[in-house]
Amino acid sequence: MANVLEMKNIYKIFPGVVANADVNLEVRKGEVHTLLGENGAGKSTLMNCLCGLYRPTSGDIYIDGKQVEFSSAKGAMAMGIGMVHQHFMLIPTMTVTENILIGSKDYGAIRLDLKTAANKIAALAEQYHMNIDPNAKVGDLSVGARQRVEIIKALFRGARILILDEPTAVLTPQETAELFLMIRSLTKNGFSVLFISHKLNEVKEISDRVTVLRQGRTFGTYDIGECDACDLARLMVGRDINFTIERKEQGDTRGILTIENLSLDCEGGKKTLDEVSLTVHAGEILGIAGVDGNGQSELVECLTGLRKAGSGKASFRNMDLLSSSTRTIMSNGVSHIPQDRQKTGLVMQMTLAENIILQDYYRPAFGKGGMISRRSVEEYSDRLIHDFGVKTPGREELAQNLSGGNQQKVIIAREISRKPELLIAMHPTRGLDVGAIEYIHKKIMEERDAGTGVLLVSTEIEEIMKLSDRVAVMYEGRVMGIVRPAETTVQELGLMMGGMRQGDVNCRADQQAVADEILQNDIPAE
Amino acid sequence: MDFLNTLAGWIATDLRLATPLLLAGLGLVIMNRAGILNIGAEGTMLIATLMAVVGSYYSGSVWIGMLFAMVSGALVGFLFSLLTVTLRANQVVVGAAINILGSGLSATLFRILFGVSSNVPLIDVFQPLNIPILGDIPFFGTAFFQQMPVVYIAFLMVPMVSYYLFRTQSGLNLRAVGENPKAADTLGISVYRTQYAAIVIGSMIIAMGGAFMSTGLTKFFSEEMVSGRGFIALAAVIFGRYKPRGVMFAAIVFMAGTVTANTLLASSSQIPYQFLTMLPYILTVIVLATFARSAIAPASLGKPYKRG
Repeated sequence: MANVLEMKNIYKIFPGVVANADVNLEVRKGEVHTLLGENGAGKSTLMNCLCGLYRPTSGDIYIDGKQVEFSSAKGAMAMGIGMVHQHFMLIPTMTVTENILIGSKDYGAIRLDLKTAANKIAALAEQYHMNIDPNAKVGDLSVGARQRVEIIKALFRGARILILDEPTAVLTPQETAELFLMIRSLTKNGFSVLFISHKLNEVKEISDRVTVLRQGRTFGTYDIGECDACDLARLMVGRDINFTIERKEQGDTRGILTIENLSLDCEGGKKTLDEVSLTVHAGEILGIAGVDGNGQSELVECLTGLRKAGSGKASFRNMDLLSSSTRTIMSNGVSHIPQDRQKTGLVMQMTLAENIILQDYYRPAFGKGGMISRRSVEEYSDRLIHDFGVKTPGREELAQNLSGGNQQKVIIAREISRKPELLIAMHPTRGLDVGAIEYIHKKIMEERDAGTGVLLVSTEIEEIMKLSDRVAVMYEGRVMGIVRPAETTVQELGLMMGGMRQGDVNCRADQQAVADEILQNDIPAE
Repeated sequence: MDFLNTLAGWIATDLRLATPLLLAGLGLVIMNRAGILNIGAEGTMLIATLMAVVGSYYSGSVWIGMLFAMVSGALVGFLFSLLTVTLRANQVVVGAAINILGSGLSATLFRILFGVSSNVPLIDVFQPLNIPILGDIPFFGTAFFQQMPVVYIAFLMVPMVSYYLFRTQSGLNLRAVGENPKAADTLGISVYRTQYAAIVIGSMIIAMGGAFMSTGLTKFFSEEMVSGRGFIALAAVIFGRYKPRGVMFAAIVFMAGTVTANTLLASSSQIPYQFLTMLPYILTVIVLATFARSAIAPASLGKPYKRG
């Protein structure tokens, strides 16, 4: 098969940082080619060079064997390269058609011909089995549908090489399956797809070939048939990764966090939280699965005193969480790993040492009478940085200068070192690479084994299945069911994440058949 | 008949007084839709009030005065763009600086050019233009068709700006820049060029509003004569939900309070005048409480965009 795209000896050097060095990439017509690498391995830089947002320092790009050069997104688009960014580049207040027409030239110099464009979009959508209403407002669409709009947007502009940057990060398993069908139908029609993902199982499932980047360099290109998920992980990180986790059996333990009928109204009368009842026991990880925005953040905010609950009860060791201040909750044995490490987890402009004592600066251990004792802070932060293996030049480094994985390690160090009885962890590994994820999982398991109750909120099903003792699925503010990972399937969880109750999922003898049927109905036949 | 005459006069005055507010509001809508928050409308208008008088005084034609004002608006807009778009300075701070600059510059230039004498030179100003036929219709003629040319232009610009923003490719691109500049950038739109154009053209329209105040509503310049209209225009844009027609409605409603208060004051009614002068403000509060909640600003309004 012919190469539609070749990138040869690409170097991209930023002041002081070599992001790409001697990178080579070849993509064939009609293949799904995955770009695999840890965070900071240079994948994004390489893709930004390819889609015209950056200009390579040196190196050549060939499309259909011809050397090309472009310095703008427009230039790359004209060459048939279309990028679907991880964070969608859509405008929620506009319709699908308007979004797709932004920056185009061919639909009217004076009056914009929305009708012709809408027809063309509908035709394209039909051709590739995508269900899209061109006149719908993007803000009203589901995440999966928005992604389809992004793909159509690229096709509409004549893309033949589609770059999908971590496209499955925000999707339910069903939506992912749908996306993969779409990708297959595209490659069958001669399109090439460059796929970027951390999720090794997905990479294994969808790709034809894989190119591994390590520390800004190409490590090699492999046929997917040659390697399994473990091989991929080893290629990416450069060492073996442990995918199974040792689990110490806990006896019957007491419940330490009890939530009863917790409800929260939001504007417009729709309930953000609807009669949520959960119990977390000591030495247990209760996972909360669900697609983002189904009430998980609000639940955690209610439990940590950041938001006032509407009604219901939540008690931790006889303390009423709903009427207590965050300071009271945190100083009585609760630790919180917030969902967004850069916005709420750390103060980016402060040093590591300052960030490390954020929860406890007022305690006598760190000074008296409103004065902070530098020495005790320095000793404490040096110890944590060492114990948790945070890679940093020193404690005086600003938090913003650390990589995502190391930022998260700082938060974990701060929260776990407070010896909590209840640990509330929200998206603890979001956006991290396999090595960092493994480390953080190990730390959370250690806490569990030491008898801490853990409430783990995550959108990653694999993470939830691997760590949790029990899993609760949330959908539109309600708990759809509570299951044990050993007794459930990803399909069952996926259906509950999509709004089916546990009972409904179980009601037929052959649960797999139901799941398949529903999957089938969602996806147009090829 | 007497009542109808009073009403027609009332409407005519309202539309005339609303015109500077409407023009400033339209200029601001164009900028806001491109993601630019400009609180410097007051200063831009002040400079324009003086430049219009200067142009008219030296050339003898009020239209040359208008042109002078628009050029001054373009220059102020260019300065604002340079600071906020290219150098990514905080838009609110630069806007505030423009207001101080406008106030100081207009007063200083005025004293240099015209001295501090108390006699007001006669200059060419806008005169009411009676539209043939339409202007002779009883009631409607008096209310709508015996206005100064700038009033007609301002109200004609409402559908024009609306059409531009919502029906043309260029308008779509501009709105995309204001909602999500990164997305616009990935689609090959030059964010900086779009914002420069929006600011310069928007400032020229704001300047037209200022010019009309010194050569239409009054017949000469006086210091600080804009007296807060640049700020009321900011409010009008929010009440008008960032839409040209909404801004028009807001401008008319705001000025209706002032006109009503003036009318009642003149008719020596029994109501204490303190209450009458309160009227425009009470009206503003009511409108604010009713409409401000539902206004959704462009998503990246006021945020500087950095490429890469």
